[in-house]
Amino acid sequence: MRTEPTGPTIGWDVVRDVSQVLEYHFMVNALLAGGVVAVMAGLVGWMMVLRRETFAGHTLAMMAFPGASGAALLGVPAAWGYFAFCGAGALAIGRFAGAERRSWSERSANTGAVQALALAMGFLFVSLYGGVLGDLESVLFGNLLGVSDTQLLGLTGVAAAAVVALAALARPLLFASVDSDAAAARGLPVQALSISFLALLGLAVAATSQITGVMLVFALLVAPAASAQALTARPLPSLGITVALGLLVVWLGLGISYYSVYPAGFFITVISFAVYLLARLFAVALARRSRERAPAASRPGPRRGVIS
Amino acid sequence: MFSAEFMRNALLAGTFIALACGVSGWFVVLRGQVFAGDALSHVAFPGALAAAAAGIDQRIGLFAATIAAGAAIGALGRGALAGRDGRSASASAAEDTAIGTVFTVILGLGVFFLTLLSTSSAGGAGIQGARTLFGSVFGLGAGEARLAAGVAIAALLLTAAIARPLLFASVFPDVAAARGVRTRLLSIAFAALLGVVAAEATQAVGALLLLGLLAAPAAAAHRVTAAPLAGLALAGALALGAMWGGLTLAYALPWLPPSTAVVLIAVSLYYAALGWR
Repeated sequence: MRTEPTGPTIGWDVVRDVSQVLEYHFMVNALLAGGVVAVMAGLVGWMMVLRRETFAGHTLAMMAFPGASGAALLGVPAAWGYFAFCGAGALAIGRFAGAERRSWSERSANTGAVQALALAMGFLFVSLYGGVLGDLESVLFGNLLGVSDTQLLGLTGVAAAAVVALAALARPLLFASVDSDAAAARGLPVQALSISFLALLGLAVAATSQITGVMLVFALLVAPAASAQALTARPLPSLGITVALGLLVVWLGLGISYYSVYPAGFFITVISFAVYLLARLFAVALARRSRERAPAASRPGPRRGVIS
Repeated sequence: MFSAEFMRNALLAGTFIALACGVSGWFVVLRGQVFAGDALSHVAFPGALAAAAAGIDQRIGLFAATIAAGAAIGALGRGALAGRDGRSASASAAEDTAIGTVFTVILGLGVFFLTLLSTSSAGGAGIQGARTLFGSVFGLGAGEARLAAGVAIAALLLTAAIARPLLFASVFPDVAAARGVRTRLLSIAFAALLGVVAAEATQAVGALLLLGLLAAPAAAAHRVTAAPLAGLALAGALALGAMWGGLTLAYALPWLPPSTAVVLIAVSLYYAALGWR
């Protein structure tokens, strides 16, 4: 940790450290925005990981790049570009995802083609714009420390809408995700559900990537949900763990970056990966122990705390 | 068009890179590993940036990162990669979460090196980053182009050498394992080979657009024919067509970046194949 005479210094007094971080308005906004993003991305990402649509989520995250550069080229607000491209991308991927029984490799190939097309368009827009490539970096990696009050308000609104929509879709979507054949036989519109979930995913990604950047949305979308699902198979506890881990990752990453010269995105990705690894290791250890105990007694072993 | 030296270099390197991408891409689509290919293409970015930050030739970082990541994916992966549980959709799907998490951290490292680069060697970081992300096929020197072509030919020969057992192991993993084919070793070898191809193609179309050249022509070929030899030939031919067409188009239209042109043609070929069948 580099300590400079003028800059903030970290010590053992946690209360002093935290109050130091909260001294600045931009830092409070960053923590709030990060918290909102962590909750929304965690909940939507949980469903995404369950549905094995990680690749689609990554592709939708990439849509923000042509979205931002296209909006810059046309001179319209960047948010329009984000939402337009994420919506179009969700439709292009979803057209392939649902009722038509396609093989896994065919679907992923289609997703890959959509992503390649979007990125090629994004690059075209950037070079047509002739813009500064410094902007590109902020499109790709975001600027969590420059969140304005209006942005925070807009983000909270979108997040609330996304969470409400997800809650409304949750039960049929869960059914269709776990057993799509049975759901279709029971008369659920599997294809429509699939497309609406992708649209919801696109909405969440578009709102998030304006704050965290295209590349790092993914860290919050996948890692907390994947960790939680490695730990427990029950939906509600797993959702709770997802949100808690997401908040932990974002706030810890922001806090560390405040005392460091390196960007928050780096710490957020590294911490979320560490959390995922710990969760996988813990799940393996748990499975091994229950396998060892099973012949002796059927009662489950004492559970230690999840992740400190 | 052929009188300009940069164009000759681009065509030389592009031709063999496209062939290597098309042929190995056919196996990638067959094995349902498009996401793995995508992850490898993103690994190229921090690899090149790390090399630039350390002050060594960025191609060393590029190849080291993609080959290591390819081998790691091959070694860690179960399901489709190792052929243990057969190629069921759930096995490949479970792996995709792991791939997604792994390459998130790799992108984070990319941010780290980008910051390191911009704080240590004032300037050049943005250009370096853009070169790696989007490629610069028109910027290749004669020596670089010859080296790129040579490596691509080597990758093609390696693919041809393992093609028969790889095809067997990809289509019938259990039967292949029972007949004594070393499926796990094969999937590691193929993933490492894919790493070489990814590093190669990064120089031509860039880390972000690589997927277009790897997945789109191959997916189009899979739509058109299920026969392995015809499919492989068609994938190579389509990738080659996209590369040549893209380079020509970019030469004719100065506002069009070459990597965009190549990927746009490749993806249009894929959608044409979707419509045709």
